[in-house]
Amino acid sequence: MKEFKYIGKNTDKRDALSLATGQPMFVDDISLPNMLQVKFLYSTYAHAIIEDIDTTEAENYPGVKMVLTYKNTPHIIHTTAGQGWPEPSPYDTYMFNKKVRFVGDRVAAVAAETEEEAAEAIKLIKVKYRVLPAVLDMKDAMKEGAPIIHDEEEIKGAYDPKHNLAAHIFVKAGDIEKGFKESDVIVEETFETQYAQHCPIEPHITITYLDEYGRIVIRTSTQVPFHVRRIVAQALNIPVQKIRVIKPRIGGGFGTKQEIILEEVCAYITMKTGRPARALFSREEEFISSRTRHPMQVNVKIGAKKDGTFNAIKMYVLSNTGAYGTHGLTVASNAGSKTLPLYNKAPNVEFTADVVYTNLPVSGAYRGYGATQGYAALEQAVDEVAYKLKMDPLKIRKKNHIRSGETSPIFRALGEGREGVTQYIQSCALDELIDKGAKEIGWFDKFGKPKRKGNKVRGVGMSIHMQGSGIPLIDMGAATLKMNEDGSFNLTYGGTDLGTGLDTVAAQIVAETLGIKPEQVIVYASDTDLTPFDVGAYASSGTFVSGGAVLNAAMKVREQIFDVAKEMFGEFDTKNFVLENGKVISKATGKSVTLSEIAYHTLYVKNQHQIAATGSFVSPYSPPPFAAHFVEIEVDEETGIITPIKYVAAVDCGVPINPELVRGQIIGAIVNGLGYALTEEYKFTDSGRMVNPNFMEYKIPSARDIPEIVTIINETYEPTGPYGAKSVAEININGPIPAIGNALYNALGIRLHQTPYTPERVLEAIEAKKLLDKGKVSEPIDPEQE
Amino acid sequence: MKVHYTINGEKKIFEIKPGEVLLDVLRRNGYSEVKGNCYMGTCGACTVLIDGVPHTSCTILAAKVDNKSITTIKGVGTLQHPHPLQKAFVEKGAVQCGFCTPGAILSAYALLKENPNPTDEEIKKALDGNVCRCTGYVQQVEAVKFSIKLLKEEK
Ligand code: FES
Ligand code: FES
Repeated sequence: MKEFKYIGKNTDKRDALSLATGQPMFVDDISLPNMLQVKFLYSTYAHAIIEDIDTTEAENYPGVKMVLTYKNTPHIIHTTAGQGWPEPSPYDTYMFNKKVRFVGDRVAAVAAETEEEAAEAIKLIKVKYRVLPAVLDMKDAMKEGAPIIHDEEEIKGAYDPKHNLAAHIFVKAGDIEKGFKESDVIVEETFETQYAQHCPIEPHITITYLDEYGRIVIRTSTQVPFHVRRIVAQALNIPVQKIRVIKPRIGGGFGTKQEIILEEVCAYITMKTGRPARALFSREEEFISSRTRHPMQVNVKIGAKKDGTFNAIKMYVLSNTGAYGTHGLTVASNAGSKTLPLYNKAPNVEFTADVVYTNLPVSGAYRGYGATQGYAALEQAVDEVAYKLKMDPLKIRKKNHIRSGETSPIFRALGEGREGVTQYIQSCALDELIDKGAKEIGWFDKFGKPKRKGNKVRGVGMSIHMQGSGIPLIDMGAATLKMNEDGSFNLTYGGTDLGTGLDTVAAQIVAETLGIKPEQVIVYASDTDLTPFDVGAYASSGTFVSGGAVLNAAMKVREQIFDVAKEMFGEFDTKNFVLENGKVISKATGKSVTLSEIAYHTLYVKNQHQIAATGSFVSPYSPPPFAAHFVEIEVDEETGIITPIKYVAAVDCGVPINPELVRGQIIGAIVNGLGYALTEEYKFTDSGRMVNPNFMEYKIPSARDIPEIVTIINETYEPTGPYGAKSVAEININGPIPAIGNALYNALGIRLHQTPYTPERVLEAIEAKKLLDKGKVSEPIDPEQE
Repeated sequence: MKVHYTINGEKKIFEIKPGEVLLDVLRRNGYSEVKGNCYMGTCGACTVLIDGVPHTSCTILAAKVDNKSITTIKGVGTLQHPHPLQKAFVEKGAVQCGFCTPGAILSAYALLKENPNPTDEEIKKALDGNVCRCTGYVQQVEAVKFSIKLLKEEK
């Protein structure tokens, strides 16, 4: 493989020092004169019609400039999902509406001079609700006679709203029934995952103002600036050209900022009043009114031959999209499309999903995007097959996982809300990942030999995973590169770094291609007026799609530089030219010229022109990264507490362009996943109100909760990615649930069918097992069945 | 009412409203490097040092801090003259989105003042109140340890 100068090297994250010294870089770090403050009133009922709403008192409250309700705002049905156009999510949302569909649904907004005044005025709004029966359990949503949540006539793109069905998916390959018939063992398991929130430490925040030409500028914490522009234009019925969206530094997103939630409201206030407007979610609002992870019930049935080869895999997903269908279809598809191809040896596969509306918080995009929920079930079922066949879980996975040169019918059958694209795997190190991870955790000494010390028992578990890199033939990114006198370059691109380090990766790609230092690349990203288009940061697309665009732009600029050098050298072709250390060198003649000299030449001396180019990238491929996760846990039989002791993630993300940043993505995702596996969970009252919307009662991991974490980056070369790279941002959130679940089984012989694995659930399962072991009952007890 | 603070070594007088917490007074007066909005003392993003001791500025009344000295991240080091802790956070990949970073560095800074050679457990304990959703903490702990080396070299 070619030796790289900056690819595969740890160059400092370019915004890190500025962030570490507190420079004003976030949306809320500016304060504009005359800025209005926006606060919201939320529905206290899970399902109700607003019979009347009286805002007179609020309007008369000192400082109040505007009160917004369904009565005085544009009534245009749209989706809040920041996805490509046409969005695969149903149009089922209005800016404000007469019907509210969950506790936390927006009823009204107040714009006032101060936050205090806005908050006071909110309390003065009088709402008369007609309360409707609600659907508060996803299993009830499709029942005959269930209350219909979306009965609006205008709804578009939902599968069967009369039965609360936002989306429905069915795909198959082979003959599933025959497959099971011809299997020697069959395992069937059902797992349920819970509501959870992304918890970016910076909540949603938007500031809008008018520029000197009367256009609306939206400065917002978003993963999808260009989709924000398009959807705000749609929701307010104004031309795209009237809007500029700026994404400064973002305090984390993880999917929740792939939504248009505050932007259209602030933009409307600014449009109507001419004044800047600011809306900032509190932590409570972030929980109750932004977006969450789709809770799912996943049923997996696997049929295998005696030798461990899978013969049939059937997956059924019941997904709860909450009150609105944002990302409903695509998250559910990903529960299958990002998991089933992993076991492509099974010729018979079937995947079905029902995505239902409920009167609960709105689900959306969340790191892992359905794959997390799919793997929670699939990877535990695979262990069950191994146990039935008395096979090592590593061996059964090696027998069945996908390899280089292979494909799966699921790639084509199951796309992002439409048919997918056939993929052949071109890089896959799964076998090495399994071997290296097993060695690091001490698998062969520990598996099947739980270690007991008093009440505490240790066990090991593992799981394997794949994800994707962007959405094939859909996700497009573009980048523009322009040369300056000193041989530096401005890179403007639509790629959306939300803390991941994408801007640093982009600079490394330019530096490598043009033979300059990364510091010589000035990166400016994600401003719809100034940078070219990019779909934004989601679907693990940053390095692959946006990075691919940057590489294409750099390749074009390289050609332009060579053409000028050719003239300056008086040579006839550029075949023997190289770009090194800021110089073009002709290997044939030994002549050389610095990039600075070329820039001066082209800007001032002869044949003057700007060396610059725009490159776009869209790919028919979405090469999956792969991972093998191993965990050793300690369970306290007395308290039911699970403590992860050591976590190992072996990862193949192609060429890691910046290994330190890659490691950060891996560890960050694991810890996010540990929270989801062990503690994070929405708790609701009987009437659908979340009771724990704060960090005190909704526990996300803090420094002391972290086990030893070992990351193993196993480099491969992915021919379809920029400098051999694949994605890494999402895949590693998928491991903790199944790996810990499998470790728990290894330690105590219990399996929990509901996440998170709280002490209560662990204790309950231990009790159930004791009963079973004593022979007091003959049937196995599913601890989750009441 | 008026309060007198010494912020990052500079004397300041601010007008405050009754019941106002320190976080709001600081941000209103341009100290945007102090982050946070949980107002419950549970995220740590609003951490400042009050007379050298880390405190969540959202849970302390502005009036209570009258005549005290306050250190924000800018008092630890600047873009031009970063503190070894800030350099170490950059070098060890401990800054992702960076929203939690000022608070985390301030907690670590106070720890190292008290205890120049902390164990991993002590570092984790010091950072425990500074919630980070991006990094998973491992690189933060490594950064604090690395800064100890840098601090020694600087001396
Ligand atoms: S804002 Fe102070 S701890 Fe969160
Ligand atoms: S770096 Fe994003 S919250 Fe810590």
